[in-house]
Amino acid sequence: MLRVPIPEGPDAGLFRVLRDDGSADPANDPFLSPEQLGAMHRQMRRLRVLEARMVVLQRQGRVGFYGSCTGQEATPIAVGLALSPDDWVFPALRESAIMLVRGFALTSYIAQVFGNSRDLLKGRQMPSHMSGRSVNQVSWSSCIGPQIPQAVGCAMAMQRAGKREIAVGFSGDGATSQPDFHNAMTFAARFAAPCLIICQNNHWSISVPTAKQTASATIAVKGRAYGVPSVRVDGNDVLAVYVAVRDAAARARDGGGPSFIECVTYRMGAHSTSDDPTRYRSNEEVESWARKDPLDRLERYLRRAGLLDDAALAALDDELKAEVERAIDEVEPAPPPSREQLFEDVYASPTWPLLEQRAALSQVPKAESPH
Amino acid sequence: MTKMRVREALRAAMIEEMDRDPSVFLLGEEVGHYQGAYKVTEGMLAKFGATRVIDTPIAESGFAGLAIGAAMVGLRPIVEFMTWNFSSVAFDQIVNSAAKIRQMSGGQLHVPIVFRAPNGSARQVGSQHSHAMEHFYAHVPGLKCVAPATPADAYGMLKTAIRDDDPVLFFESETLYSLSGEVPDDPAFTVPFGQARVAREGADVSLISYSRVVHTCLEAADALAKQGIDAEVIDLRSLRPLDEAALVATVSRTHRAVVVHEGWPYGGVGAEIVDRVQRLAFDQLDAPVERVCFLDVPMPYNAALERLVIPQVDRVLEAVKTVTYAR
Repeated sequence: MLRVPIPEGPDAGLFRVLRDDGSADPANDPFLSPEQLGAMHRQMRRLRVLEARMVVLQRQGRVGFYGSCTGQEATPIAVGLALSPDDWVFPALRESAIMLVRGFALTSYIAQVFGNSRDLLKGRQMPSHMSGRSVNQVSWSSCIGPQIPQAVGCAMAMQRAGKREIAVGFSGDGATSQPDFHNAMTFAARFAAPCLIICQNNHWSISVPTAKQTASATIAVKGRAYGVPSVRVDGNDVLAVYVAVRDAAARARDGGGPSFIECVTYRMGAHSTSDDPTRYRSNEEVESWARKDPLDRLERYLRRAGLLDDAALAALDDELKAEVERAIDEVEPAPPPSREQLFEDVYASPTWPLLEQRAALSQVPKAESPH
Repeated sequence: MTKMRVREALRAAMIEEMDRDPSVFLLGEEVGHYQGAYKVTEGMLAKFGATRVIDTPIAESGFAGLAIGAAMVGLRPIVEFMTWNFSSVAFDQIVNSAAKIRQMSGGQLHVPIVFRAPNGSARQVGSQHSHAMEHFYAHVPGLKCVAPATPADAYGMLKTAIRDDDPVLFFESETLYSLSGEVPDDPAFTVPFGQARVAREGADVSLISYSRVVHTCLEAADALAKQGIDAEVIDLRSLRPLDEAALVATVSRTHRAVVVHEGWPYGGVGAEIVDRVQRLAFDQLDAPVERVCFLDVPMPYNAALERLVIPQVDRVLEAVKTVTYAR
């Protein structure tokens, strides 16, 4: 059953479920159970708390970098809940948290931010590029876009193996200018790959607004030229994203090929901890999007349905803040990865030049090296 | 032993590995219905079908990315570029993803993949078809770079490449595809990486080379023999990992060396070889090491000019004169 209409002409409006008054459009409502809605809300709320805390850690000089998804929590949470456990995720900058929804431990996630010896990635990869084999999530490429054709290749591998798993590749609005976005569309459609390509259009590529990024009226229309069914969804409406992803995933699993979903949203914070957005965008614009906050939208719906009140929300926030603090406290004291680990995972087995370098480094007194 | 051409040896290696391992598949431009731009993949579409021999749209970074994604989840792709020149479009996928996924994922994921194509100069195909791209890629930890010069090595090294669990960049030469030679009949025959081959033994000077210009060096060695100079020819075969022991061994025998390769003199594999020789065998050297490579200009189209840019026997002979103080 497909609920998301695929327009033939220019995009008009957005696919939405949550109305401004807090009710849900019955024609599109996925009718999730109170438990499912509660889990969805808890995940979104935890992500809001987590991102704010990670940015503070960077400001305090305790971690090197963070790119927060504040204001864009609906898409990663909806995708995490809509996918099957064996599906593959190739995120972009603001979807790392999908892995948390799919069972990756918060402590391991935060260890990647510190990059210390608790980090499964051994202190090698930047924060906000999280990956975990246990939850089928692959690190995205800082070059913007290369992970999207990789997702298509992963999907083709699933297809060839006769599996029902799918792959999801992400981009931002700026990445839709990259050749690899267009490569992904070309190959996904040509080979009917069981994949979803999802763009979080947050209106800003660092300091470049979408209108200066492309003359295309929408991002979604870019998919249609390639023969990929493409829809435009209210990216601050977690139920709308959930329905769109669930439908497109079902179509892909049934051999219906790829889909492209543009999630229209807004980056409430800076591009990353290296950026100051007050230099290039107005408070008025930020305020107007604050009024469409994805958490507020869901909470209005939950309150109206009698599933949330002030006391419950305050208690939840306290609980989540404590959970994040406990995880930080547990992970932060771990020492850096050992220097011998520098030479691991360059190749399947270390070549002799790597072994020579490792032997030479081991002769350097530890006081003279960082660890 | 069976006598076969390099293109047949490459094809035999791919067919045997695809027969042995269903996770191996081939993709690239023109590899299927057209049988390969250089007919290396002739007959493979008919044998394996369109799900294992995949004609791709013209988008090198697209199908390189596709293959990397498939490799991460357990397949073993062989990516054929029409030439290594065009891999520059996929440079990011190779350098930023294939080479780094094992490291960036803390060893959780890896990319068993072969990128293969003709490399270096051909005949009168201009600056954009004549790059020696191995110099760019051999710089990168996480990649393995090999460049065979004979049918036996083409066969044995491609099998090794396909079985390797890391990304292997396999540099062929258009001008060698029709070169004929003996190839072992044993399907278990493979050639390990990181081991150079003594293509000709000699005592007076070492000509150190790989790929197409190994044959230029062998010709030069014949000419030198007539002058009473006994040249040794080293075929490196593997550029990363590099066989440093073979470099030290040959220079210890001859005390003089000329490095011969395609590609420009600034940086690159030749500079790396000279670094190893002077650092690891300084006391063995009786003369500074000379290099014969492309002239430091983009490749011209005109045949007479092109001949001047590509390493030729006469330039090798001149370099030998220099290292033997015969001029």
